[in-house]
Amino acid sequence: MTTLALEGLNVRYGAVDAVRELSLEVKPGEIVGLIGPNGAGKSSTLHGIMGAAPVVAGDVKLGGRSLVGRRSEDVARAGVALVPEGRRIFAELTVEENLRLGLAARRTAANGHAFDSAFELFPILREFRRRDAGALSGGQQQQLAIARALVAEPDVLLLDEPSLGLAPRIVDLVFETLATIRERGLAVLLVEQRAQRTVALADRSYVLANGHLRLELGPDDAADTDRLIAAYMA
Amino acid sequence: MTLAFLNLSWQTVADALSLGGIYALMAVGIGLVFGVLRLVNFAYGQLIMAGAYSIAYASSWGWPTWTGIVLCFAVVLALSALMDRLVFRPLRTSSPAVMLVATFAVAFLLQSIAILAFGQLGTIASSMGPLNQPWDIGGVLVRKIAIVSIAIAACCLVLLQLVLTRTSVGLHMRAAAMDFTTSRMLGVRANRVIGGAVLISGLLAAISAFMLTARNPQVTPIFGLDDTIIVLAGVVLGGLTRPIAATLGGFTIGFASGILGGTLPTNQTQYLPSFLFGAVILVLLIRPSGLFTRGEALVERV
Repeated sequence: MTTLALEGLNVRYGAVDAVRELSLEVKPGEIVGLIGPNGAGKSSTLHGIMGAAPVVAGDVKLGGRSLVGRRSEDVARAGVALVPEGRRIFAELTVEENLRLGLAARRTAANGHAFDSAFELFPILREFRRRDAGALSGGQQQQLAIARALVAEPDVLLLDEPSLGLAPRIVDLVFETLATIRERGLAVLLVEQRAQRTVALADRSYVLANGHLRLELGPDDAADTDRLIAAYMA
Repeated sequence: MTLAFLNLSWQTVADALSLGGIYALMAVGIGLVFGVLRLVNFAYGQLIMAGAYSIAYASSWGWPTWTGIVLCFAVVLALSALMDRLVFRPLRTSSPAVMLVATFAVAFLLQSIAILAFGQLGTIASSMGPLNQPWDIGGVLVRKIAIVSIAIAACCLVLLQLVLTRTSVGLHMRAAAMDFTTSRMLGVRANRVIGGAVLISGLLAAISAFMLTARNPQVTPIFGLDDTIIVLAGVVLGGLTRPIAATLGGFTIGFASGILGGTLPTNQTQYLPSFLFGAVILVLLIRPSGLFTRGEALVERV
């Protein structure tokens, strides 16, 4: 298991600095939360890690080796899996085909039981595995997107607003699942708008605004999250 | 049995099926590359022309027929790999308009090379003669190539469907055609997927070249050009982004053009393209995303 480290990361689109001097570390068995308003640079951070946004300075290291300059598929194959914003499942492929796509980044050969542990986390996917993914509900699609990332057996899991637009019951399921995933020893970087829940779940949470890291919060701050953020941003 | 009431003969139907099959292969060849590169390869017809010349020259050198076919595959595959390496790959991140114009340039270049190297008049692929002999099937005389090409096209399409659905590279190709960025973030290798699509597309061009040459052994620098334009219309007709829709579009337009060609009075065959393209325009007015697509993409639920 390997640590993900961002060292002075700068992501820039044209003249716009999306992320500035961002440093943080996610160790195996840890959830690190990244919260902040829209446009704070949260998604850009994840895209920078994935090689899908221009990193102009700083470094992204996985187990000490730099990922900067690598193609997205090579970052994925190095052991970093992304659950993208808006889920990005393939609506016209079946649930099983979506999961098979997740195997693309897997570093060990997959046997017939590659999906077992994903099905264990999300039994609904086993039931619907022959259906078109587009026929699933939003919550089921989110489960599929997380499962698709997990079947690659990554060391690091990046999640981009996994609770966006989901019913409260499904949000509970997503957060419970993340806790289970942490126990399996993955390093999880969670980008979220739901600040309070994220702070409560994560080992550490960082508040990002205008691309800068502004504030670090621990689980004990959960009850006061909104007040703390408001006080700091004011 | 007779189809006289439709003013059709079984020969015409067999011929139309065979043309439909060949156009279906060409359509899926164009559609696969479009899927992964968002590039309409206008030079596809020139690949076929090069293949046809390979067969014709092998035949004029007195080579056995099968070596001509092997040469056709070698030339077409080499040419499509070169096209990918020298043109598509450097332009991969350019706008679709740039890529489109670039394939026009390649098409004209190859055609001009053919005119300079082989002359305007063309060459006869006489080795294909036996395939134009008729078979007597229950009293109906059908050209051998019609039966052969229907069989080959059917086999190829079944094989291709298996590759696209059962193998991981096939699944990756379909996913890349739907959402390349997300596919790559899942670990789908862009170069492998594009290389695979170009390779399969080249194979299909070589097979089509062989069958078109057998149908019409007179090989000229514009060999395959009309066919490609009709197939492109067929691909748009069916739906450009889905291999199966593109295939059906290609088949439909090939079949329609075979039937029209067989039934229009000889002095009116020059109107054939007008009928075809008129029909395409009508269909696209009614179903802009193509005849064989599911219509609107499924609405994303939030």
